[in-house]
Amino acid sequence: MNMPLRKTATADVPAAAAAAVADVLRLTPPKPSYLKMRLVPQLTELAARVIPPLVMLTLILTVWQILCMKPGATLPAPSKIWSEAYDLIVDPFFVAGPQDIGLGWRVLTSLQRVAIGYGLAGIIGILLGTIIGQSVWAMRGLDPVFQVLRTISPLAWLPISLAAFRDSQPSAIFVIFITSVWPIIINTAVGIRNIPQDYRNVAAVVRLNHLEFFWKIMIPSAAPYIFTGLRIGIGLSWLAIVAAEMLTGGVGIGFFIWDAWNSSRLSDIVVALVYIGMVGFILDRLVAFIATIVTRGTAAN
Amino acid sequence: MNSYLKIDHVEKSFHSGASETRVLAEITLAIAKGEYVSIIGHSGCGKSTLLNIVAGLLPATTGGVLLENREVNEPGPDRAVVFQNHSLLPWLTVYDNVRLAVDKVFSGSKRRAERDAWTLHNLDLVQMAHARDKRPAEISGGMKQRVGIARALAMEPKVLLLDEPFGALDALTRAHLQDSVMALQQKLGNTVLMITHDVDEAVFLSDRIVMMTNGPSARIGEVLNVPLPRPRKRLEMASNPVYLKCRQRVLEFLYERHRFVEAA
Repeated sequence: MNMPLRKTATADVPAAAAAAVADVLRLTPPKPSYLKMRLVPQLTELAARVIPPLVMLTLILTVWQILCMKPGATLPAPSKIWSEAYDLIVDPFFVAGPQDIGLGWRVLTSLQRVAIGYGLAGIIGILLGTIIGQSVWAMRGLDPVFQVLRTISPLAWLPISLAAFRDSQPSAIFVIFITSVWPIIINTAVGIRNIPQDYRNVAAVVRLNHLEFFWKIMIPSAAPYIFTGLRIGIGLSWLAIVAAEMLTGGVGIGFFIWDAWNSSRLSDIVVALVYIGMVGFILDRLVAFIATIVTRGTAAN
Repeated sequence: MNSYLKIDHVEKSFHSGASETRVLAEITLAIAKGEYVSIIGHSGCGKSTLLNIVAGLLPATTGGVLLENREVNEPGPDRAVVFQNHSLLPWLTVYDNVRLAVDKVFSGSKRRAERDAWTLHNLDLVQMAHARDKRPAEISGGMKQRVGIARALAMEPKVLLLDEPFGALDALTRAHLQDSVMALQQKLGNTVLMITHDVDEAVFLSDRIVMMTNGPSARIGEVLNVPLPRPRKRLEMASNPVYLKCRQRVLEFLYERHRFVEAA
């Protein structure tokens, strides 16, 4: 981008040398416009990222349309979904009755449950993981238990939690919690166990107390591991909430799918699936984004 | 000699299962205030173990360490360590790495502004004030070690413990940093105990050189006084007969009388 500027600089030298016999001829370089300097490369970059997925999406939709256009097709074609579920697609936040609300509201209800369950899992997971990572005895006692518990499917917990809480709301939250807490515990424990002895030595020489050691050494040092756990955890909890809501009922996106299936509104189900996918994607990226900010120093080493 | 730091009959054994390995045997050493003492020996002779015992990071099996006639058996800022691999916290800036130590050590005695000034003063001593907002990953190995030294100095230690502080550096950086450390010690009058395996470094910097025999059961083989006046100039040392003689003595000890058999 600096090319025109540099050219004048070299052109000035012979001109100055010849100044005794001839007038200095100043070459004014054409001022590179903002459009050329910044906007064009940025747009090219953007296009390179946006166009390939758009092309693929169009291709998938076309194939889908062709496959499902036949009269006897079991699944709706994109065009049919557009016409049947038009109000769901264009307005996520309409309210037309107690059970007839936009998908945005339903997703928000589900997200609220996830926030509580996942938040609890984050706090308890990091604390338990720290204890297990710090203490050999806690690890020996708890690790086998956790390794067995973590393999249990989220839905297998549901009857137990329904029996314990006798209400669908806390049960759904408990299922989120119990699903997402294991990867957080295990990754935190690994992160704590991998704190270099050097950092512990520094803390010992400076005489940090336990609380200071936890906040100033442990958490930052284990942060990349903790965030790996948190990222797996958010994915699992979003998987679990949809399944849990299908069984517990209520307002969430999971129950919406179950309800639509019972009333044979296949188009609505497809729209809900797209919502779920998008929200899951955003959640994952959100945690990853927070991770890059928080671990900016640690990851570089 | 009045001993400021005293290592008194220290022994160290490591147990693994039923077998017991004696690493250090009968180490007794007295260091005067303001003295610069180096411990030299082949790798694996237990010199780092000895330093860790003085630092309080490892307990001695028998014997003990006295600082100003008081036993010290846990780590503390009065015996600040400069670690071989700098050990800066990578998520903190250069300033915050030093400030962490300053905040902790002077939490009761200095006010906020004073701690800030003291942190900057110590970064200035090692000529690192310009990089105060950089993270360890963004500065060179020599610079990291400077910050490590600043962090140790900022604790105002009674004894400065250097664990092969120049070991990981290239030759030019090492020489430069050795000059800095010597100038700082001259200026501040620190008592220094340094671990090294570099003969020239030991002779150049030290008042006394403690030579250790090979492990297991390493002991102090010989203690050499280096009667060179300070300040010492690197270039003059190359032809100084006293320097050369001291160097010769250490080399003889390490490579004739206590050859490192495993390396041969």
